[in-house]
Amino acid sequence: MIENIDISLVDWSRAQFALTAMYHWLFVPLTLGLTFIIAIMETIYVRTGDEEWKHITKFWMKLFGINFAIGVATGIILEFEFGTNWSNYSWYVGDIFGAPLAIEGIMAFFLESTFIAVMFFGWNRVSKKFHLLSSWLVAFGASLSALWILVANSWMQYPAGMHFNPDTARSEMLDFWQVLLSPVAANKFLHTIFSSYMVASMFVIAVSGWYLLKHREKLLSMRSIVIATTFGLIASLFTAYTGDGSAYQVAQIQPAKLAAMEGLYNGKNGAGLIVFGILNNNDNDRDEDDITMKIEIPKMLSILGYRNADAFVPGINDLVNGNKEHQIVSATEKINQGKIAIDALAKYKEAKKLNNQQAQDSLQKVFEENYKYIGYGYLNDPKSIIPNVPMTFYSFHIMVALGFYFIFFFMLVLYLAIKQKFENKKLILRLGILSFPLAFVASMAGWIVAEVGRQPWAIQDLLPTIVATSNIDASAVMLTFALFAVLFTVLLIAEIKIMISQIKSGPKGGSHV
Amino acid sequence: MFETMSLLHLQQYWWILVSILGALLVFLMFVQGGQTFLYTLPQTLEEKKLLVNSIGHKWEFTFTTLVTFGGAMFAAFPLFYATSFGGAYWVWLIILFCFIIQAVSYEYRSKPKNFLGTKTFDFFLFLNGSLGVILIGAAVSTFFTGSQFTVNAYNLSKWQHSLRGLEAAFNLTNLGLGLGVFFLARILGLLYFINNISNENIYQRAKAKLLPNVIAFLVFFLFFLISILLKEGFAYNPQTKLVSMEAYKYLHNLLEMPLVLGLFLIGVVLVLSGIIITLFKSSKKGIWFSGLGTILTVFSLFLIAGFNNTAYYPSVYDLQSSLTIENSSSSKYTLTAMSYVSLLIPFVIAYIYYVWKAMDKKKLDMDELSKEDNLY
Ligand code: HDD
Ligand code: HEM
Ligand code: HEM
Repeated sequence: MIENIDISLVDWSRAQFALTAMYHWLFVPLTLGLTFIIAIMETIYVRTGDEEWKHITKFWMKLFGINFAIGVATGIILEFEFGTNWSNYSWYVGDIFGAPLAIEGIMAFFLESTFIAVMFFGWNRVSKKFHLLSSWLVAFGASLSALWILVANSWMQYPAGMHFNPDTARSEMLDFWQVLLSPVAANKFLHTIFSSYMVASMFVIAVSGWYLLKHREKLLSMRSIVIATTFGLIASLFTAYTGDGSAYQVAQIQPAKLAAMEGLYNGKNGAGLIVFGILNNNDNDRDEDDITMKIEIPKMLSILGYRNADAFVPGINDLVNGNKEHQIVSATEKINQGKIAIDALAKYKEAKKLNNQQAQDSLQKVFEENYKYIGYGYLNDPKSIIPNVPMTFYSFHIMVALGFYFIFFFMLVLYLAIKQKFENKKLILRLGILSFPLAFVASMAGWIVAEVGRQPWAIQDLLPTIVATSNIDASAVMLTFALFAVLFTVLLIAEIKIMISQIKSGPKGGSHV
Repeated sequence: MFETMSLLHLQQYWWILVSILGALLVFLMFVQGGQTFLYTLPQTLEEKKLLVNSIGHKWEFTFTTLVTFGGAMFAAFPLFYATSFGGAYWVWLIILFCFIIQAVSYEYRSKPKNFLGTKTFDFFLFLNGSLGVILIGAAVSTFFTGSQFTVNAYNLSKWQHSLRGLEAAFNLTNLGLGLGVFFLARILGLLYFINNISNENIYQRAKAKLLPNVIAFLVFFLFFLISILLKEGFAYNPQTKLVSMEAYKYLHNLLEMPLVLGLFLIGVVLVLSGIIITLFKSSKKGIWFSGLGTILTVFSLFLIAGFNNTAYYPSVYDLQSSLTIENSSSSKYTLTAMSYVSLLIPFVIAYIYYVWKAMDKKKLDMDELSKEDNLY
């Protein structure tokens, strides 16, 4: 099915996807969260008629616009990159994966792009109520676009509602609702949007804190901080709650990812959760639980993953070598079954050409018996089923630690805001500014856990990344990688400069207002 | 209700939807066409502001239509998505680059400290309106002229030309459509300015620029049209599924599908009448006639590329690898599910129409501009 595998092509394609997705993700969380914060502020304006709230709304809207434009610019490439760089993937799963992308365009992108025009240019053209409705529709549209793309991504982690059709040699959809309503999709969606709301709240707090430190825009900043911390606190609690849900699902569907997240090599009953730890050997060929300076919560990992304090959590060695006692099939065995499935598929195609119905039927049976592990058939080394452990391990721990830090931070700020003690707490204001980049670190780290931890699979157990690429020269991808790196970096610098200059000039100054 | 449709009918339904999206995209390229006039049409800075803001309120529609066109192709004809985007790599990536730079340009062009400078962003807009549009036209023209690729028994494709899609731009017929679309977008851009902006100078100058662009459009478009109508086309036999060359295939398609021929002729007449009423009757409503005409014409071109047993994405390297709406589509289940989703499209069009009307009630002029608090 695949003639030869070019490793450097795979690596460059992965690097390019990672680069472009990470750039997109620099802007998306702000879009998701700011639209809501803006809609809330405008609602207060419409309800109270207080012109100051209108100024506040317009100020954040201006910053939102700067961020939105580059979010859109970095998004279009992702949409087409599945075709340009992962074309085998696109055929192999397009029957399922294409649908959410199309629906996203029809349902969400048009909603957003239509009503965003009202939001920005409609102040004097439509009624107050209609304008407010438009702002809410934009917020709703942004989260709706997150829903569909995350449905697509969740399906890669947990391919539900499909079967393989040997005649077309691709996966085909059996049940749309299973794709849409998969528990993984629901959880991933909630975790991602709530964490994004949190990132955006931090942005509002950081900018407002900066004004307060400079003794400017007092009313705007105080009011914005109250809104953002309330919103942020709720969002951060939900983030932790749904993050727990994510970990539970990972344990069920992607045990190798969970083992990598915890650096767990030798599985055990009642496994503990590492709160802090340093891997002793950062080489991916490690093979033992070699972690120093670790702080562990006993039995917590078993609870997190299986809701049972004594449950067995398989380690990497169990997954590679198999574990009879716990009915874990070894990677070698899965690879063998996968190769049988691939071979049966090839012979099935031959038999079909010769119109040999009998042979076709028996081959189809062999194929179906072994299909479950077809993806393994493309692998040769049993160890290749392990994702990059240090990357997954550290990313996971950084995210979780920051998750709890933010809950604490929002509570503290909200307390001070209620007590009206906020303005002259220089330390807290500075901390707010410094914490803003940490929110992005947490968010990126989450994606690294999800995507790097999924390796070597593009579609879990069914399609390894190495066979998902386009048939193209690695040098072409190298060149486009470089072009994207340069272009996106230049655009990012422009965005940051414009953003800073708009913040400095404040709500009344700025471009042409 | 879609469950009862046959697979072939679902495939046709989705080809129609994709064709509508393609047709809307070409109409909405008045934004791109307008962008190519930023250097030559305005004489003062204020006039330039008027132009930029006038099309700047609409650029997102074009962009989103392009994105949705890609998504719809992915969902309905994944083999096309995989073969064309992964194969004609360079032509698509250059097109995408042209759109990436457009997306930031409006918002950033006149902001203080914008790093690259207004001139650079305006050049981005020009590049998007020229190179981007010409390459899209050339890429679509390969629906009629063919490309060089193979598709194996597992439906995995391989491009066989080392220029990876850029070769499309070195074929005269493709260039004809590329430049034809480019000048059409410019015509639509001028008609849109005439309709949307209330400013005498701009009106007079836009009107004066119309005729040369119309002549250029007619030359290139007619060249394209005549060459595809006279050439051999890629026919397939619905029973054997074999693809073969048929003389005058596209001409036959027009004649054998009278409805499509009718749409095509009405489209052409409408495009021309929009231009004529603008030039000779000083009407400002030309955009609506030419716009609707563009939609009908492009729509019918897509239909003759894909209907009547025609391979819409032909391979001249290996005829039997050519893609047809039958061999490149999603499964019946997916097409059915997506057809339900497509019922949303009329609502989407309705709210776009409603918002567009509400926002354009007042024509843009200097006075309106000065009240605006978000200016490009
Ligand atoms: C500010 C951002 C942020 C914060 C503070 C957290 N997360 Fe998170 N996390 C994300 C942002 C994020 C994310 C970017 O939204 C990810 C990436 C993919 C996804 O589904 O969500 C993610 C993924 C992700 C995954 C992997 C899901 C997968 O592989 O599909 C797990 C297990 C967790 N999270 C768990 C947690 C826990 C237990 C947290 C404790 C509070 C936590 N996250 C805080
Ligand atoms: C925007 C947030 C996202 C970020 C930051 C992100 C990050 C990454 C990273 C770092 C990789 C490289 C992994 C590796 O090769 O080791 C990757 C690969 C990939 N991701 Fe994501 N991802 C994001 C969202 C998505 C979504 C929503 C999808 C699908 C709908 C997706 C699909 C893919 C695919 C197809 C690859 C390439 C194949 C692979 O390496 O598995 N990603 N992503
Ligand atoms: C890797 C897969 C992804 C693809 C293919 C993708 C595609 C796109 C595209 C094409 C746009 C521009 C839309 C327009 O024309 O207006 C966009 C913007 C956006 N994307 Fe992504 N995106 C991806 C990842 C994500 C993720 C993971 C999220 C959220 C969780 C997200 C949320 C958004 C939002 C909120 C916008 C901005 C607003 C908009 O235009 O709708 N995207 N994306």
